[in-house]
Amino acid sequence: MTVTQAPRVVTAHFGLDRSWTLQSYLAHGGYQGLRKALGMGPEEVHQVVLAASLLGRGGAGFDAGRKWGMLRKAKPVYLVVNGDESEPATFKDHALMEADPHQLIEGALICAYAIGADQVFIYVRGEMALAQERVQAALNEAYEHGAVGRDIFGSGFSVDIVVHPGAGAYICGDETALLESLEGKRGYPRIKPPYYPAVIGLYGAPTVVNNVETLSNLPWVLLNGADAFCALGEGTSRGTKILALSGRVQRPGNYEVEFAKLTFRELIYDRSLGGGVRDGKALKAFIPGGVSSPWFGPDQLDITLANSAIAQAGSMAGSGAVTVMDEDTCAVRAAWRISRFYHRESCGQCTPCREGSGWVEKIMRRLEDGHGREADLDLVLDVCDNISPGLVWPPAQTTICPLGPSIPPSVASSIRMFRDEYLAHIREGGCPFPPDRLREHARA
Amino acid sequence: MARLTPENLTRAHELIALYPLRRSAMLPLLHLVQEQDGYLSPEGIEHVAELLGLEPAEVRGTASFYDMFHLEPVGKYVVAVCTNIACMLAGAYELLEHIEQSLGVPPGGTTPDGTFTLEEAECLALCGNAPCLTVNWRFFGDMDRGAWDSLAEDLRAGRLEAEVPPHGALCRVRRSVGLMAKPPVGPGPAGRPVPARGGGAEVELANSKTTSAVSSTVLEHNEEGA
Repeated sequence: MTVTQAPRVVTAHFGLDRSWTLQSYLAHGGYQGLRKALGMGPEEVHQVVLAASLLGRGGAGFDAGRKWGMLRKAKPVYLVVNGDESEPATFKDHALMEADPHQLIEGALICAYAIGADQVFIYVRGEMALAQERVQAALNEAYEHGAVGRDIFGSGFSVDIVVHPGAGAYICGDETALLESLEGKRGYPRIKPPYYPAVIGLYGAPTVVNNVETLSNLPWVLLNGADAFCALGEGTSRGTKILALSGRVQRPGNYEVEFAKLTFRELIYDRSLGGGVRDGKALKAFIPGGVSSPWFGPDQLDITLANSAIAQAGSMAGSGAVTVMDEDTCAVRAAWRISRFYHRESCGQCTPCREGSGWVEKIMRRLEDGHGREADLDLVLDVCDNISPGLVWPPAQTTICPLGPSIPPSVASSIRMFRDEYLAHIREGGCPFPPDRLREHARA
Repeated sequence: MARLTPENLTRAHELIALYPLRRSAMLPLLHLVQEQDGYLSPEGIEHVAELLGLEPAEVRGTASFYDMFHLEPVGKYVVAVCTNIACMLAGAYELLEHIEQSLGVPPGGTTPDGTFTLEEAECLALCGNAPCLTVNWRFFGDMDRGAWDSLAEDLRAGRLEAEVPPHGALCRVRRSVGLMAKPPVGPGPAGRPVPARGGGAEVELANSKTTSAVSSTVLEHNEEGA
């Protein structure tokens, strides 16, 4: 089994000694992409990014260059960096901000220059205290270095960056909820269309919201060119992608791989990547793109990790979070835990999501505890159908944001794939699986 | 428990000066109050409201939306154990059960001596080192029963004061400069009012009550920056 040995675009500095410092960053070519960008016109930089076909790495996969091109022509213009990574089992932006904050700052500056931003805000998830400290410390260094602030590197371009802490709310990862939060309000998503942030964003001004990983690609793209970036990946999925592998694999972690070249089998089983299912167990199912996505089974291991291939198979690549369940994993319990998450995180604006998430969790819980009835399977699917009519993929939406329609996929796929297990819970009056199996680590 | 100290008030003004509109400093100021008092005291909330030109109820109503803000006093160490999917698959509920027994309180509870508050958390984004937990938002991965026992012992003995600051302290790195490029730029006369709860500006304008609230927000440009 071979895995493509692509250059590391965004994780190149991981593992270097004090990789988060300016000293380390400069020693490895830091801020050269920004210098190059400043020597070009803003529109020229935009063209490079358009040519690179850089898809947003936050989950929705929207082309970053096109997003910039949709900005309403008005002043002021804001750039908001979405570092509010909270999608369960996604942990790539967390790592990027802690290990390489300068790369993010440089990427944000390149974008700010291209779109003519008047101010940049980096919204860092509240719980990530170390990431906040690293990004703030890096920003202080960048100011001193002349990379941000007035007349950057003598180019005449000036812009300020402000690091902004979140305060614990999954929903703020939605870009419009994030803007509300940045305006000092509850993180309630805004209705869109018609107004996307590019038209009415922060304070009603045109705003670009880009994900941390997306912007972290820019220094490399500017330095090496769109052609080099497009030489990696395939189709519309160009460059590399960090895959966050978790669950019952030997080697969970973040792996940067060439986009659209790897199958799930390679990711999970290759010795340089996941290293196979833990303790030699058989694979039962896996979540291909974050907990909002429908599950895949062992027969889908050979699907390529590309946005289009995964979409064709009825799920999504999402944020690149792959979670593995083994033969001892209780599918009911896994689906219940995911439904519990949505119940806790629903912002409460829309009835189908606010009420539906609670009902789904309640029914799932009683099924897992062995107090369910067979009719509950139809009942929970009916509630899901009320949240997202038809239970189709991509899901139909009855709510302001995609959180509501994200509730049914895990429940529906677990029932579709593991109906027998549900019935066993009902028959035996309890969960037939062992508990979570906490592994005691050998410590020195 | 009180209003912001003179030093923290200076920090508050520095934070407010970073934003085009005052209200944007809401979360940073609330974190500041929580850093000072360990939770959001009523006096602290009132002080933030004064600084932002809002009613205390608006500040409290915003704060209550966010999980990290505590409206009641909590222990010296807030232990948040992730039980979401990746950690659950690595035994998070067994770990949580062990910690509950070790502390003698369920999630949401505070030990009688005020040392620990236990919380069951959603995904904390450290899934490569599941199961994980945070203490005052400092991360500890690859946890098991033994690791928790020694961590709790270290915390009780005060051996981790440097790694784990008191509850509420979030970013210990202060911004070294104010804004350099230009004063913060607000939406200005050409900018449209900000839709408060979704929808476009037109929707807002149709509602006179909301409109006055919106325009007062827009007018309230940050004086320091103007």
